[in-house]
Amino acid sequence: MGYRLHVNGQVHTVEVPGEMPLLWVLRESLGLVGTKFGCGQALCGACTVHVDGVAQRSCSVPVSTIGDAKITTIEHIGETPIGARLQQAWLEIDVMQCGYCQAGQVMNAASLLAATPKPTREEIRDAMAGNICRCACYNRIETAIRMAAGIDPAGEAHDGGKSHAT
Amino acid sequence: MRPDRRTFLKASLLAGGGLALEAFVGAPARAAAASNAASGGQAAAASAVLTAFVSIAPDGRVTIVAKNPEIGQGVKTSLPMIIADELDCDWDAVRIVQADADLARYGVQVAGGSTSTPNNWLPLRQTGAAARAMLLQAAAQHWSVPVAELSTAKSRIMHATSGRSCGYGDVANAAAQLAPPAPGSVPLKKPEEFTIIGRPVAGFDGPRVLRGEPLFGIDTRLPGMLYAAYEVAPAHGGRLVQADIAAAKAAPGVRHVVPIKGDGNADTGLADGVAIVATHWWLANQARRKLVAEWDVSAAKGHSTERYRARAQAALDAGGGQELRREGDPDAALAAAAKRVAARYDYPFLAHGTLEPQNCTALFKDGRIEIWAPSQTPARGRELVQKMLGLPALDAVTVHVTRAGGGFGRRLLNDYMLQAAAIAHALPGTPIQLIWSREDDIRRDYYRPAGWHGFEAALDAKGRLTAFTDHFVTFGEGTRVTRAGDLTLTMPPADLIPNVRFSQTAMPTVLTTGWLRAPGSNALCFASQSFLDEVALAAGKDLPALMLELVGEARVIAPPGGRGAPFDTVRARSVIEKVLQASHWAAQAPARVAGAPARAKGFAFYFCHQGYFAEVVEASVAGTEVTVHKVWVAGDVGRHIVNPFGAENQVRGAIIDGLAQALMGQSIEVVDGAVQQSNFHDFRLARMPITPEIEIAWVRSDHPPTGLGEPALPPVIPALTNAIFAATGRRIRSLPVRLG
Ligand code: FES
Ligand code: FES
Repeated sequence: MGYRLHVNGQVHTVEVPGEMPLLWVLRESLGLVGTKFGCGQALCGACTVHVDGVAQRSCSVPVSTIGDAKITTIEHIGETPIGARLQQAWLEIDVMQCGYCQAGQVMNAASLLAATPKPTREEIRDAMAGNICRCACYNRIETAIRMAAGIDPAGEAHDGGKSHAT
Repeated sequence: MRPDRRTFLKASLLAGGGLALEAFVGAPARAAAASNAASGGQAAAASAVLTAFVSIAPDGRVTIVAKNPEIGQGVKTSLPMIIADELDCDWDAVRIVQADADLARYGVQVAGGSTSTPNNWLPLRQTGAAARAMLLQAAAQHWSVPVAELSTAKSRIMHATSGRSCGYGDVANAAAQLAPPAPGSVPLKKPEEFTIIGRPVAGFDGPRVLRGEPLFGIDTRLPGMLYAAYEVAPAHGGRLVQADIAAAKAAPGVRHVVPIKGDGNADTGLADGVAIVATHWWLANQARRKLVAEWDVSAAKGHSTERYRARAQAALDAGGGQELRREGDPDAALAAAAKRVAARYDYPFLAHGTLEPQNCTALFKDGRIEIWAPSQTPARGRELVQKMLGLPALDAVTVHVTRAGGGFGRRLLNDYMLQAAAIAHALPGTPIQLIWSREDDIRRDYYRPAGWHGFEAALDAKGRLTAFTDHFVTFGEGTRVTRAGDLTLTMPPADLIPNVRFSQTAMPTVLTTGWLRAPGSNALCFASQSFLDEVALAAGKDLPALMLELVGEARVIAPPGGRGAPFDTVRARSVIEKVLQASHWAAQAPARVAGAPARAKGFAFYFCHQGYFAEVVEASVAGTEVTVHKVWVAGDVGRHIVNPFGAENQVRGAIIDGLAQALMGQSIEVVDGAVQQSNFHDFRLARMPITPEIEIAWVRSDHPPTGLGEPALPPVIPALTNAIFAATGRRIRSLPVRLG
């Protein structure tokens, strides 16, 4: 089946089965390898892209459901003011270790800041909870988001990390 | 670096002009050949290993080869920083190139064991300093002035008296004609003269990662490449009996279905499987459901978590075991004790969960194979591939080292490389990329082995620890223990008290096991430091007081048999005191607020990978909810933190990693050899909301720098469980922490 996709301001036509997730179309049909495969089950966020400006897990979006929606990937996010600010903050405090999750982190953060320009610490933590960083760069990811949002990175008191030991 | 190994330099004219300087490290037996090479001979590359390569082009561009794999630990940036500082060059002019795997040329290229920094510190500094000396000499000759009148800064050479200056590139050609100095003869910078070492430098690949450029193994693209999924037995140790591949072959996008007979070596060998090769990986993976394969999994029968647990407890009940180490007379000390403390501890199998799943790209053509792999031991993989395919020479195998999306020890084993090579070998001329699904990755890991400990301690009438025994139950056959399943015989308090016994019982497992970040220590520290917290309490003190008492007077304790790193009690004491101070340990716990959850601090100390770390966790517990308020870390990895950016990232990552092992329910369980977990919903990793505030303090003892990838992790787990005990009175003797 042929699908017309709007990706990063360009139109592409791909011949793939409609159930194929967008992730694989991006990586293996269009050669946009910046979007990463981590789990294939919407559990890690490595594959996050924007569909009409909203963060989506591309591993779980069948290509047939996209229609005319505009897809933005990490390769293009630097063209947006929020994306550029995030990339700059990321580099300024050297957020990454292995870097594998970072495309997904930046895409998710960009979607957060587009909806909530000045998020609280709680809002950042909630919004980013679906993005795993196996290297655990979480302190710096949080700080970089605050920097990109123009919030004093040290401003709000840290009230600890929470988990359920069950 | 071992003192009997020396560095030799070889200079040459760069193709296209400029100075190329190579540093070889070789044992004395190889010295003759290497030193010939230093004066222009050719033999060095074959007999000593290339440790550093730096070149200066006529346009001033500096190129440094990063020889060790980059897995997120930052060596691709931090090791070149060491050369660049002694070279006194402009960091912005530095380009870093990743070396291919080549054992003969580079020696071991490994990312593991926190070894990169300690092994390379001196040779890299000497190489940078020698290159600078050659550039200075060339400039001095050109201007006919004494070298001593010249100075350098940021890739420029200055002659203050005459006001002349030039760039490094201007004299690079002339420098290439000079004989390199003996590395030991070139003066090195004084620490206060460092301009790059110790400064936070952003990772070299960062901008490319953030633009989504291809860097990782999984990003490799070759013309005509197809994607492969590899179906293996549902249980560890299973063998393929037969496969009906017709339906899978007819699935959309599928080009080839290839049953592959492994070599029967379930550990480092090639596993039996069926490769499905398609235009897209997703299509290959989907087609796995259409395979009708029959597997013989009889070897895995009875290999279940429950059985392992029961056998371990029975072994502890029975006592005895193989004695691994004995000092003094522990039995007499226990018999004479004023107080005895005994407890059992255990921890589960763990997976690594690198975020980039295992993958490898390979092309077999004309009797040669070319491989692109995110491997922590690429040269080892290269040898295994040559053997497996029966290729006549190592030269027939090329391994390109890609950036790896995490390592944590998983990629020290090259099983996926062998699979990709076998598939490519079956399809000559077609490049294939093998990708594991996350389910493959969780089910076919080299797991951190589970373990059980039966501890006993004796206290005398004055509350001093006089004996410590550990009966350790692990996996293996007889006295041969499974990979990463061995007991560290220097585990404190061994070597700090007179009477010690370590004994061991091993039982067989079909699971493949391996090294996970801070191998051994990540588990042993939890068990031993939690138990010592119990012992301290029984002695009427707290764990830091007990540890300080055990560490005792200033001395350096040699490891038994001379193997391993010596233990410096001054360094241990310093980190313990530092963390107590930073965390206000001595301050009275705040009065309990009615209705508020119980809140308390816990402490632990450990020494591994040559690093000394003491950590304090402040946590509160409400029902099953654990809040980690803050973690204080004091570490001593020598006088210099090469790159504070990377170093702090490593420490934070290690701390959060350890907390996740304890608090996210991480446990790999097995039923008849089949792993029950499959993805991040049932093998949970740390997420942002569990992240506490982390405060790091360095103790800068006057020692050469050592690695940071691992030693910060172990203490955080017992510091947490000791905090949970202090808050609630519940002693956590089994990981993961379960409060439900
Ligand atoms: S790959 Fe899509 S969420 Fe993990
Ligand atoms: S930087 Fe490695 S997974 Fe996030």
